[in-house]
Amino acid sequence: MSNKLNPSMSLAKPDSQALSKTQKFGVAIGVIGLFIMILAFFNVDFPNKTLFLSLSLVMITVGTIIFSNNAYLTKQAGIQNDGVWFKSIASRGFWGWILGIVLTLFYIVLYFKAEWLGLAAKGEANSGLVALFDPLSRFLNGGPASQWFVYGTLYTVAILVFGYKFMLKYRHNRYEQLRTVSVMFFQLAFAFLIPEFMARLNSDTFSLPYYDLKNIWPLNYYNFDKYRVDSMIEAGDIGLALLIFGIVSIFVITPILTYKYGKRWYCSWVCGCGGLAETAGDPFRHLSDKTQVAWKIERWVVHSVVVFVTLMTTAVIYSYLGNDSSKYWLTKDVFLLSVAGLLTFVFALVMIFKRKELAKDAQYGAIGYFVIIMAIIGMHYFSGTKHVFLFNTYFLQSSYGFLIGAIFSGVIGVGFYPIFGNRVWCRFGCPMAAVLGFQQRLFSRFRITTNGGQCISCGNCSTYCEMGIDVRAYAQKGENIVRSSCVGCGICAAVCPRGVLKLENDSLKGRINSNDVLLGNDVDLMDLVNQR
Amino acid sequence: MEHIVIIGNGISGVTAARHIRKLSNHKITIISAETEHFFSRTALMYIYMGHMKYEHTKPYEDWFWKKNRINLIFGFVKNIETKSNTLYFENGDTLQYDKLIISTGSKSNKFGWKGQDLEGVLGLYSKQDVDLLETLAPNKEVCKHAVIVGGGLIGVELAEMLHTRKIPVTFLVREDHFWDNVLPVGDAKMISRHILSHGIDLRLKSNLKEIQSDDNGRVNAVIIEETGEVIKCNLVGLTPGVSPNIDMIKQTNIETDQGVLVNRFLETNIENVYAIGDCAQQREPIGHRKAIEAVWYTGRMMGETVAQTICGNKMKYNPGHWFNSAKFFNIEYQTYGWVFPEPKESNKHFHWKHEDDSKCITIEYEKNSNQFLGINTFGIRMKHDIFDRWLTEKRSADYVMEHLREANFDPEFYKTFESEILNSYSVQFKMI
Repeated sequence: MSNKLNPSMSLAKPDSQALSKTQKFGVAIGVIGLFIMILAFFNVDFPNKTLFLSLSLVMITVGTIIFSNNAYLTKQAGIQNDGVWFKSIASRGFWGWILGIVLTLFYIVLYFKAEWLGLAAKGEANSGLVALFDPLSRFLNGGPASQWFVYGTLYTVAILVFGYKFMLKYRHNRYEQLRTVSVMFFQLAFAFLIPEFMARLNSDTFSLPYYDLKNIWPLNYYNFDKYRVDSMIEAGDIGLALLIFGIVSIFVITPILTYKYGKRWYCSWVCGCGGLAETAGDPFRHLSDKTQVAWKIERWVVHSVVVFVTLMTTAVIYSYLGNDSSKYWLTKDVFLLSVAGLLTFVFALVMIFKRKELAKDAQYGAIGYFVIIMAIIGMHYFSGTKHVFLFNTYFLQSSYGFLIGAIFSGVIGVGFYPIFGNRVWCRFGCPMAAVLGFQQRLFSRFRITTNGGQCISCGNCSTYCEMGIDVRAYAQKGENIVRSSCVGCGICAAVCPRGVLKLENDSLKGRINSNDVLLGNDVDLMDLVNQR
Repeated sequence: MEHIVIIGNGISGVTAARHIRKLSNHKITIISAETEHFFSRTALMYIYMGHMKYEHTKPYEDWFWKKNRINLIFGFVKNIETKSNTLYFENGDTLQYDKLIISTGSKSNKFGWKGQDLEGVLGLYSKQDVDLLETLAPNKEVCKHAVIVGGGLIGVELAEMLHTRKIPVTFLVREDHFWDNVLPVGDAKMISRHILSHGIDLRLKSNLKEIQSDDNGRVNAVIIEETGEVIKCNLVGLTPGVSPNIDMIKQTNIETDQGVLVNRFLETNIENVYAIGDCAQQREPIGHRKAIEAVWYTGRMMGETVAQTICGNKMKYNPGHWFNSAKFFNIEYQTYGWVFPEPKESNKHFHWKHEDDSKCITIEYEKNSNQFLGINTFGIRMKHDIFDRWLTEKRSADYVMEHLREANFDPEFYKTFESEILNSYSVQFKMI
């Protein structure tokens, strides 16, 4: 996100929403910091890269801090949404489109034309923007920077400085503050510093793949690729521990935490995509589409991604396993059988115990399950070593990487923040969010409790839901909100003017109350209203 | 299949329509002259403040009405002929009904002040009012100063709205402290201080004498009754409450007083004509409730009740324990049960206020029996269903204070104050 225009830079309609002098000063400092990077991008060769990189990053940080302090500390603590829909950048106005286009172009270059950023061919020295980051890269991991190092640094800086801004914005709300400290910590430590330090441990005889420990399959769909698994196994105990951790994190840790706290433990407390969405993306949260049509599309798309990633990963692992059980117990067939067995087990449990909650969605679940099982059977009969079905596994994976990993999560996911809102990827594309959401809907203590009959249907909750959930539709009926897509950001409860919503973990019993409860009526009428 | 016609597409009318649709196959028509589709009136302030756009205030998407076979007519009914079950529209159209529900809501009060109809004077109730406000007060350059008259919930909302555009506001309130005709003095004083802390020029014990105009018939000043002080302004918000919007009904055979008179079944004096929501007036007030209740949820409840009656299950309007909520700038307010500004005879108040002056509670209880009667809570969210149960179970004030933690509804990780409140309660109680 080198092109991080300050998201609050506005061409406001009412003059009262215009930036104050101090805010303009903050924006100016930040833009100058950014300008150093733009100059580097256009191959200005700064004499002292350490100095200029530090200058650039410090100015961006200081600019944002000056801006945020003036924007929020000059007002009393409370909801700060005044004029949101009047600000050009936050309401799909001119500046919103400009920012969207710039971000999108940046992502396209990052993913497909890294040499434009100055990435050197093998053996040569970096130039341009990537070269500007060489000193920091050498300091952290001992080697020159790559486009991903540049991206990782800017991403982390964005989460940190906009995290600071967000914490000022919600300084009256401890839930929001703690959550933000958490994403800032996980980004800085787990996504940025630890993998760089791990890279330092690598030598000719010992090598670990880049591993952001908080990235869990299926989000890091590449985790079980041959080169990674080989490299982890070859790295001895530490590598093996990493491999086991990767498996345990999706099959053991995730279900336990999601049961206890809902998927928010990951999506809005740990995840890097969520981290960026909640900090730099916060000024765009209200742009998510709340229509029922969008909800339908969301469910089809995101679950298709889950099916895709499951098949793709199965195919990839299948392709490099052997056939001879005497060499290694995990053969192609054993693997396929265990995948099919696990899926059948989960599917059976859901159908037996949770069919009612799923209602109509049960059919769709069954379709997804059926597709995967048929594909697995297909693999068994029609696949060789290089090919699974008619497809080259490499082709399968590279299409997934291109379509989902790059286009969806990067270009659309972040590039389109100012157009579709800050959680487009999380809502429509993230397979991890879908898996966690599936469990959250069916087997978790988390819910958003509605406070009796206090709802006045104002719609603040729905407007500011970044996942496009029509929260009001439930609240005005007195129903709790139990939705698979809810990431538990807590903003609906914060913006509610009447104290109607509360995120909490409570018992499973009575969690989904599809009754109109206690809207203030006498008991007889309530009984009748609830007879549908 | 009968034709049910509903005049007014506010929360009561729409709730009635939705429940009639759930319960029956009747033909349903909703008429409104305000907006084409139902929106949440309580959210109007957020449009002007830029938190939401008009479309966000609509609780149902526009396709909802057709899908549920609820006809919408955008038009103004100018007369009702109850003998022939006919509605006459302003544009000359007519409409026959089998059953009629009047849910025309409220209109802003005006008390005959001089200048109350000048350009630049407005109330805050309808979509049109907010549109007008946007024109009259787009920013602080066009509207250099505003005066608000009437210290109720709408007045403080208007003050907050104008404040977001940095328009200086003078707020004339008749009472000794803001809203102390409803709130006990401790609560009212705290809210008064909070309003002042936002830079609002709150003038207590101040009445409006007259509104003055410039040569073009536009507002340019108000005069205060008590002091004779002249305050220059470009905008006057009149917010001394609302009353039933029934001018049209008054010329019909339907019996009215301040509102459309109804019995407990929400029936008017004319067969097959019902009135619900803000415009309905109970012939006998229910409990401590007012005969006319202009509250969001009572409109919803009346809508649900009348739907039962119309669909063959005759039912009394029978609201449960009183509750309500509001927000004064940054301070949220909830109330459960009855807390009067002065404790009723044989009752007492207990008041606790946090030192940061943004949180307080007041409870009312019966002196001898210690029975808990109601709570006002400011800055601390509390659970509706718990208090509803405690009121039904006639719990003692001691019990409620000791178990207050169970009723807390603040977000996770928030600091809690129950032990401090209980401490304060115990100390005060022993002193008595």
